[in-house]
Amino acid sequence: MMTTLVRFHIKNALRSRWLVAHFVLYLLITEGLLLASGASDKTLLSLINVVLLLVPLVGLVFGTIHQYNGREFTELLLTQPVRRSVLFGSLMAGVALPLVASFALGVFLPFAWHGGVTWYQGVRIGTLIGLGSVLTTTSVAAAFMVSTGQADRVRGIGTALGLWLIYAVLFDGAVLLMVTTLGQWPIEKALLGVMLLNPVDLSRLILLQVFDAAAMMGYTGAVFTRFFTSATGYLVAGAALVTWMVLPILAARHRFLRQDF
Amino acid sequence: MENVRKSFGDNQVLAGIDLQFQRGETTAIVGPNGAGKSTLIKCLLGLVRPDHGRLLIGGLNAQHNAAARRLVGYMPQHAEFPGGMTGRDMIRLVEELRQEDRAPDLSLVRTLGLGADLEQPFRTLSGGTRQKVSAVLASMFAPHVYVLDEPTAGLDPVAGAALKDHMAAERERGATTLLTSHVMADLEELADRVVFLLDGRIRFDGTMNELRELTGRERLERAIATLLEGDAA
Repeated sequence: MMTTLVRFHIKNALRSRWLVAHFVLYLLITEGLLLASGASDKTLLSLINVVLLLVPLVGLVFGTIHQYNGREFTELLLTQPVRRSVLFGSLMAGVALPLVASFALGVFLPFAWHGGVTWYQGVRIGTLIGLGSVLTTTSVAAAFMVSTGQADRVRGIGTALGLWLIYAVLFDGAVLLMVTTLGQWPIEKALLGVMLLNPVDLSRLILLQVFDAAAMMGYTGAVFTRFFTSATGYLVAGAALVTWMVLPILAARHRFLRQDF
Repeated sequence: MENVRKSFGDNQVLAGIDLQFQRGETTAIVGPNGAGKSTLIKCLLGLVRPDHGRLLIGGLNAQHNAAARRLVGYMPQHAEFPGGMTGRDMIRLVEELRQEDRAPDLSLVRTLGLGADLEQPFRTLSGGTRQKVSAVLASMFAPHVYVLDEPTAGLDPVAGAALKDHMAAERERGATTLLTSHVMADLEELADRVVFLLDGRIRFDGTMNELRELTGRERLERAIATLLEGDAA
């Protein structure tokens, strides 16, 4: 039954214009950067910044709007002999999988046709696409949480935008404030803990390590490099990313199972 | 339904509803906006969880029970489907979700004149055509219970009459129907029984003739207005 519903939602997504627009957006951004700077690390670093801003924004806003627009249809499906948990899983997959696929293709294809990608760059592009996919899933799950908890569409979309602002912009501001005011204290380890609280910053840190760009972050970067290149570091970062993907899904599922439609 | 109560925050929407529906009976649920009609229907469909009380369909608990939902055909007031999909896709989906061991009855497709519209994406179809698809989906496995929320809304007179004929035939088959509509002529034509809700309570429950006798009004619209005025006084 889950397969039937996921197939249906994906078929619908493939026929819609938003998926094409999403794919074209990343294709144009990547192609534009490649034309400007070639298949270099500089291009990839610029792409990181764009991806870390855009991916959560699209996931949150699109996921929320999609849920509000499809509310009547979700109600109709709930009157069929389908378990709520199955319907939730299919709705999540029906939004997250097409978003992940169109993002991954939009980023990968320009590199593929420009050629000249080394094995190392391939790993870096793969990591970028992988972390973008995790962020997409996390933000879609957060969008589901928002839309199931808030009946008012405008407030729901406002909340989604607020979440994006906090995680993609304000959190960094708070960290910067922490560094500048407490700079004289040994706060690097505390900073590491703080970074785990935000999937966007965690992804940025991992990407900077993979891109050997942590040096740009000075002494803090050295601490991060030491941590993230250790076995414990990999384990902690991986566990934090999985938690950031699983927890919002479980929370959204919990709400969906109890929601009055 | 036994003593069904539901509140949203401080707002009590259903204040202890007791109702039983007989096989082959068509019941009109009427009342002003905010009376609790939609919540009552949604409780029965498992879309809203009552705070208290019991809802059974064919002896099965209506809440979180796929087997109970297999007995129900639901036609919502506004039929909304994914824009990229077609009526044919929806029929296939419902077929796969229901997993019935019999072929679906798609006679309504011809009766309602759907034909080629079934192959068109929903985003190109009018509200009335989407409503026709919704009627086909509700009836394709001859459910024991129909829940129809404003079923003729948006339908042209020919399709509206065809749907009412279909519902009359379904009643003869033994299907139980719960119906809400603001088109009183539809209710007069289809319903055997009227349940009048006000502020989440049943204020009248009886046959059309009993309602006419009670209010001294021949037309349903007038009779309900009289009930409302009586309540206000």
